[in-house]
Amino acid sequence: MNVAFEYVNKTLIARIEGDIDHHSCDAIRKRMDNEILEKNPRNLIFDMDMVGFMDSSGIGVLLGRYKQIAGQGGKIAMIKVKPQVKRICEICGLQKIIPVYQDKRQAIENIKEC
Amino acid sequence: MKIDNEMKLEFLSRSQNESFARSVVAAFVAQLDPTIEELSEVKTAVSEAVTNAIIHGYECGNGNVVIIARIIGDSVEIVVQDQGKGIDDIEAARQPLYTSKPELERSGMGFTVMETFMDQVEVESQPGIGTTIRMYKSFKTE
Ligand SMILES: Nc1ncnc2c1ncn2[C@@H]1O[C@H](COP(=O)(O)OP(=O)(O)O)[C@@H](O)[C@H]1O
Ligand SMILES: [Mg+2]
Repeated sequence: MNVAFEYVNKTLIARIEGDIDHHSCDAIRKRMDNEILEKNPRNLIFDMDMVGFMDSSGIGVLLGRYKQIAGQGGKIAMIKVKPQVKRICEICGLQKIIPVYQDKRQAIENIKEC
Repeated sequence: MKIDNEMKLEFLSRSQNESFARSVVAAFVAQLDPTIEELSEVKTAVSEAVTNAIIHGYECGNGNVVIIARIIGDSVEIVVQDQGKGIDDIEAARQPLYTSKPELERSGMGFTVMETFMDQVEVESQPGIGTTIRMYKSFKTE
């Protein structure tokens, strides 16, 4: 499991690669939390372009990072969400908490406006 | 009901097996010509049931998880079984957002996902004996 990081000013873009399930979520969580602790980003964007599958374990991971970032007054978003991932997010009501945008540019624009 | 095809898979409760378990069941169900969407629904429901057997049933210790899938006409029955801890209050466990392990960042949405993606979900469980999840889905070819 791989998570690649990129910054646009104080916004961290985390590009997750591979399935997000109970098996992979420990590694994702650790990598995300190390990065957040070390760099203290203001906002967080999950790039889901390389995630073809996610189950409810993934919802727990996304919500956990949401709480950290939102607790510090930051914004959070998801981009490039594939159909299966989108459905699981809808069922779990996640799209009300973490807005979905088409791409990086759109997400950053919306984060700035808030 | 006449069974047209059947498969059985048994594996140790290791999280590494979650991915291959859901893929195997999806490959078996593919003979019913499901849409891509239906196939990913089956995959996700199986992933939820198998994950539950591993983290809740065996609490990440050792035990075997058994999956049986049966094709009957245009329907599939999927059974996911563990001989783990069992569920005290099945009705409470099935409620959306209910989790007995919030410290593990569980969302409590596993049963809700299974119920949404499958036509029918039955839970049989006895504390100290284990849990059996039976899920049904039919594929209507037009
Ligand atoms: N196979 C199982 N063995 C024992 N307990 C289970 C099993 N499956 C589910 N449970 C119980 O049901 C609860 C709800 O399951 P679920 O909806 O998948 O949420 P989560 O896995 O996020 O806790 C679990 O927290 C657990 O207490
Ligand atoms: Mg679960």
